[in-house]
Amino acid sequence: MAGPLIAGRYRGSVRPFSAAGRNTQLSVTVTAGRPEPASPAGAATPRRRPGFRSEQRRNLTGWVFLIPAALLIAWMNFWPMIQAFFLSLQTGRGTRLTWAEPLWYNYARLFSDEIFLLTLQNTFVYLIIQVPIMLVLALILANLLNDRNLRFRGLWRTAIFLPCAVGLVSYSLVFRTMFANDGLINDILMGLHLIDSPVNWLGQTGTARFVIILGLLWRWTGYNMVFYLAALQNIDNATIEAARIDGAGPFKTFWYVTVPQLKPMILLTAIMSTNGTIQLFDESWNLTQGGPAYTSMTMSHYLYELSFQKNPNFGYAAALSYAILLIVAILAAIQMKVGDKRD
Amino acid sequence: MTRTLRRVPGYAFLTIAALVSVFPLYFMVISATNTSQDVLSSRLLPGAHLIENFMALVGSQDVASAMYWSAVNAIATTVLALVICSIAGYGFEIFHSRGKDRLMGILLLAMMIPFAATMIPLFQMFAEMDLVNSTIAVILPAIATPFLILLFRQASRSFPHEIIEAARIDGLGELSIFFRIYLPTMRSTYAAAAVITFMAAWNNFLWPKVILVSNTYQTMPMLISNLRAGYVTDYGVLMLAVLLASLPAVVVFLALQRSFADGITGAIK
Repeated sequence: MAGPLIAGRYRGSVRPFSAAGRNTQLSVTVTAGRPEPASPAGAATPRRRPGFRSEQRRNLTGWVFLIPAALLIAWMNFWPMIQAFFLSLQTGRGTRLTWAEPLWYNYARLFSDEIFLLTLQNTFVYLIIQVPIMLVLALILANLLNDRNLRFRGLWRTAIFLPCAVGLVSYSLVFRTMFANDGLINDILMGLHLIDSPVNWLGQTGTARFVIILGLLWRWTGYNMVFYLAALQNIDNATIEAARIDGAGPFKTFWYVTVPQLKPMILLTAIMSTNGTIQLFDESWNLTQGGPAYTSMTMSHYLYELSFQKNPNFGYAAALSYAILLIVAILAAIQMKVGDKRD
Repeated sequence: MTRTLRRVPGYAFLTIAALVSVFPLYFMVISATNTSQDVLSSRLLPGAHLIENFMALVGSQDVASAMYWSAVNAIATTVLALVICSIAGYGFEIFHSRGKDRLMGILLLAMMIPFAATMIPLFQMFAEMDLVNSTIAVILPAIATPFLILLFRQASRSFPHEIIEAARIDGLGELSIFFRIYLPTMRSTYAAAAVITFMAAWNNFLWPKVILVSNTYQTMPMLISNLRAGYVTDYGVLMLAVLLASLPAVVVFLALQRSFADGITGAIK
């Protein structure tokens, strides 16, 4: 490659971010650390090895580009995560915390906390019912929309994705209004004579959970569809046409040709959706307020209650947050294992 | 003929999906123009009470302030996130090295950390720095996200390296190459990132709720959530407030949706 030439001009015209002296020193140190240097003179006078030096400098520039983001993520994600762990080993109200005795006291308490177990169960009900239905619907919709002969493709896509632009609080309140006792859904169902008296949607365990699941499906199906659509566009259409020519019907083609090629994307959306469902908060807070009697409350909602309402108990809340972290990690690991196996 | 017939189930499915997707939004818009009584009697036609609802809303809530703070938070987050994450994604791909790959792997792990697990220490951290109720505290955790860095790194794969080499020969500095050449060519990736970040920041609820203790700085999602908690709910006013809270993010999405789709497709390869 034309390394030296480019590097020469590059060196002459570009001012590095850091002081030149420090740069030189660094490159010399690195050079000295390597066993390989060909000519001893080269190591002493970097001028004679401009290609090597500019590579070093470029590598350094790359690191400079990464540093702000990396530091922010370390500061805003990893550091608090570590702190939360230490917090989870402490007890006490408000800011007066002492080490728990035994250290795992908060974790032990989780297992006998009936509200926690209930919110855990609720969250899993949402996860197990909603995520598979949503992903299958999203796959079907994406497959339909990927048809080049389909009319009004843009219109369908926009309409189905539109719910994602609406905030979680907003849609929760819209659903709350529609499913109110004297609200629209009851009126429609009664008009169709499907029910005789209004259903108390948000006041009963089963129906409250049902409304949350419905809301989640409404809000997130289009989101996942967009990811599948993007992945479908990168699939070679010839594979699908070949299957068709070989006599496979649309369902077989979809299942045996399209779906396997979408597998990485299905894995990604499954992990993202699982992650999101485990952390559900806005719907529980705004749509059902966790009720009736905690039976539709999610873990994050309970965490918020423990942390910032009544008597804040940061230590116990941190233990709960680590339970959530653990569940997310375990489920992601399982999904990745399963995702890999089918290869 | 048979070909058209075979398409019927597909079209029927899409029609139902599209109607179901749009209907709650239609309901929201229509209800904003009706009285609470009309909303509860399931009136699905536009009414004449929009101004009345608006006056009632503005009279009881500081909507202007909530809109202002939502906008400040969302715009600041979007601008900073785009700059910091795109420069990082660019750095990972263009100045590729094994060490950087390793760092990327570590940063991606942050994607798996639930917000719940960092929320309490974050709150304590900002409290110690005396930043509770500040815009900085609202936006700082949302600026650098592994997802955006990944999006930009993947999109940078298709960015021709020859252009960078040529620019270097022409004597352009690395930062100028990024800002003057890379940034303008990657417009659709930036649009996709902007849509995602703006929508997430505008609609963010839990963290602002935690860190903005005082109602002075409350955002639109917080405002409408508090409306719900009132003793008597006026559904017309509520739906108008929800409409106002949703509008900016929807407008941004509709304005950038073409580039949004291109950007996502470009990044997934």
